Amino acid sequence: MDLVTLWFWLIALTFTLYFFLEGFDFGVDILRPLLARTEAEERALTGTIGPFWDGNEVWVIAAAGLMFSTFPTWYGALFSGMYPVFVIILLALLLRGVSFEYRNQVDQQRWRDFWDWMSFLGSVVPSFLWGVVMAKLIEGLAVNGSARVEGGFLDLFTPFSFIGGLATLLLFMLHGANFLLLRLHKDTRLYARARAAALLWGALATVAILAFVVMGYVTERLFASFGVLPWLFPLAAAVTLASIWFSLSRRLDTLAFTMSGLTIVFSTVTVFIALFTRGVVLPSTLDPANSLTLTESASQPYTLVLMTWVGGIFLPLIIGYQIWNYYVFRERIRPDEGGLDRGY
Amino acid sequence: MDMDVVGLSRFQFASTSIFHFFFVSLTVGLAFLIAVMETIAYLRQDRRAVYENMTNFFGHLFLINFAVGVVTGIVQEFQFGMNWSEYSRFVGNIFGVPLALEVLMAFFLESTFIGLWWFGKDRLRPWMRLGSIWLVAIGTQISAFWIVLANGWMHHPVGYEVVNGQALLTSFTAVVFNYKAWLYFAHVQGSAWTVAGFFVLAISAYHLLRGRDVEVYSRSLRIALVFAAVGTVFSATSGHREAQVARYDQPMKFAAMEAQWETSASPAPWSLVANIDQENRRNTFSIEIPYLGSLLAYNSLTGRYEGMNQLNEEYRARYGPGDYVPPVAWVYWSFRIMVGIGSLLLLAAFTGLFLWWRKRAALNETRWYLRALLLLLPLPWIANFTGWMVTEMGRQPFMVYGLLTVREGVSANTAGEVLAGLVGLWVVYLALIGLDIYLLTVTARAGVHAKPEAQILAAPAPSYAAEGPAGFQGYDRRE
Repeated sequence: MDLVTLWFWLIALTFTLYFFLEGFDFGVDILRPLLARTEAEERALTGTIGPFWDGNEVWVIAAAGLMFSTFPTWYGALFSGMYPVFVIILLALLLRGVSFEYRNQVDQQRWRDFWDWMSFLGSVVPSFLWGVVMAKLIEGLAVNGSARVEGGFLDLFTPFSFIGGLATLLLFMLHGANFLLLRLHKDTRLYARARAAALLWGALATVAILAFVVMGYVTERLFASFGVLPWLFPLAAAVTLASIWFSLSRRLDTLAFTMSGLTIVFSTVTVFIALFTRGVVLPSTLDPANSLTLTESASQPYTLVLMTWVGGIFLPLIIGYQIWNYYVFRERIRPDEGGLDRGY
Repeated sequence: MDMDVVGLSRFQFASTSIFHFFFVSLTVGLAFLIAVMETIAYLRQDRRAVYENMTNFFGHLFLINFAVGVVTGIVQEFQFGMNWSEYSRFVGNIFGVPLALEVLMAFFLESTFIGLWWFGKDRLRPWMRLGSIWLVAIGTQISAFWIVLANGWMHHPVGYEVVNGQALLTSFTAVVFNYKAWLYFAHVQGSAWTVAGFFVLAISAYHLLRGRDVEVYSRSLRIALVFAAVGTVFSATSGHREAQVARYDQPMKFAAMEAQWETSASPAPWSLVANIDQENRRNTFSIEIPYLGSLLAYNSLTGRYEGMNQLNEEYRARYGPGDYVPPVAWVYWSFRIMVGIGSLLLLAAFTGLFLWWRKRAALNETRWYLRALLLLLPLPWIANFTGWMVTEMGRQPFMVYGLLTVREGVSANTAGEVLAGLVGLWVVYLALIGLDIYLLTVTARAGVHAKPEAQILAAPAPSYAAEGPAGFQGYDRRE
């Protein structure tokens, strides 16, 4: 495997990890108003992601930074080409990020309600828009002959990208519910509600993902270039999603979480396979000849060698200490013992 | 500045960077200060309670500020691609590497270990918590290093060759050991220590003036004083050297800092105030101090430097037709404000050291000094802002010095898109900066023991050692 291919897949990996990790903390934030009935329960739900969300969010910064260094043309075209979408994602992430710290700094219900809204919207909006970004990545943007992207805001919302957004939103909600099953005490009412939510949003997510895959095949013909092996990934995504019902009904929470996680992994990998098999990183909707190709968008070999050393040393290290972080905060949370000194 | 896409994108980038640095300069400095406090708490068994109170108190302030630094950092990372896609393509091979290194070496470290440090109070051994805050502190310094290295490269590109409209990396070592970047790093580092030092000084002074928790705040005052002294000396010396270096590697910036239109006499005077007429390329009025110009530029009583009119001709010959004079008044006045504030802060820090040296208790009891510290609080931020104005305005119209102008680097966005995004970002930035200042003020005023409602309900809340754990009993808000 040459370095360009390696880095293409490492960028796929950072996006995949980002969606896997931030997927569940978005999900918890979205589900909180639906699940929590008391202040203590709200805090318990925030407590399940409190020590993790920040580390999870860095994966998207990593994705951007690694794209910048290894595929600068791709980075520039994608981020400027979907400018309005990224502005909205940024505004949402700004408000959501501070809501964690600011919500409980002032003892006023209106203040708390305001930040609860920010954290809810700040999670719904990017969850949806990341799906739009991924769908547009497969579908392509109006890339012209000089690698610049034309077209306005509304061009970004096609039926396909809309369904893509819906699919990620529902999938993240399901993933968040499954995460809660691992983090909440089993004898709490909150746990029971999370379980019911997982079944409901799991069903809806399945429908959305199926719609997305069907549209991908039938109306958009986007997976036409898939050979035999890449077929496995969308298929696997569908199978893992279906298996979540089975896991939940047998009360196999860990399996359910693993499966919703794998659904996200397979779905994201599918997007990148759809690019890779065509040899492009950003297809052009104007003229296929304008599409940004893998090799032309990549950095020079020297930079890639350098980045391979850097990534080879630091990525395993980061994954290692993040796993340790999850291990330290592994104990389950119960709303009624939500002491502030216990960290939530 | 005409408000086309270039103007708007520049304004957007400047806004994000300035807002971002407002928060991070405090984060970078305070992280180190808190790590030192926590180390003393760990080592000094006899005074552990005092230092734990101190760490928790300032840690709480640190956390309020940290969050905003993190989220504005995401904008920072995305906006190169969003607003400056042509720039990104041009420099990505080189510029992307320090940026990626910043994420991999620093952002993950900070974001993961800040949670372990704060939430891990009852889960980690004391040495692990201490290690966590040190990793956060080191992470912030690494982060500052790589981003300033990237910025330094834009001012003084090294280790590259331009092939087919892209800057290619020829030597990463040259990029890492870029003298310009190291000078900038020293300066940024010094100013971050100054910001944090005066932040802790002012809060400690506020409580000392009211005679509260003297055993905590007299100690935090002393720790911060050392930081402030080191920080101001560092900023002043590195800043002095930076200006001297700019005289030969960015002569236009240097001339703009001094509003020197025509090549100076030798010995060169130094302009204290001037009325700048950019259109007619002259100063209508200027008060000058003889010899000081040469002294600052060369550490000598002789020596001349080139004026902007002469330099503009040289630049034209080298880079093609165009106007290479930056907005002089901005650069000139920002530089004077920065230097003025820096000198004042240096003086303040050493006055404090002098009081301390003369009589140990004098520091807590010299009320005029404590009051002065309160007044000085906003100054380090103003100096930071003006400092960035000098260095970034001074390189206009270049984005990468001598290689790429801002006009060449901008994305193919429409002005409407950029304006809409800019409005949205400004609304959020203003809200965040207002909230940050408000929450910091409320929390700082409340002090260690008096826990106002704001702190009682603060989550993640510190358990103040002196009071024991504050158990929160869940209540039903619908009752």
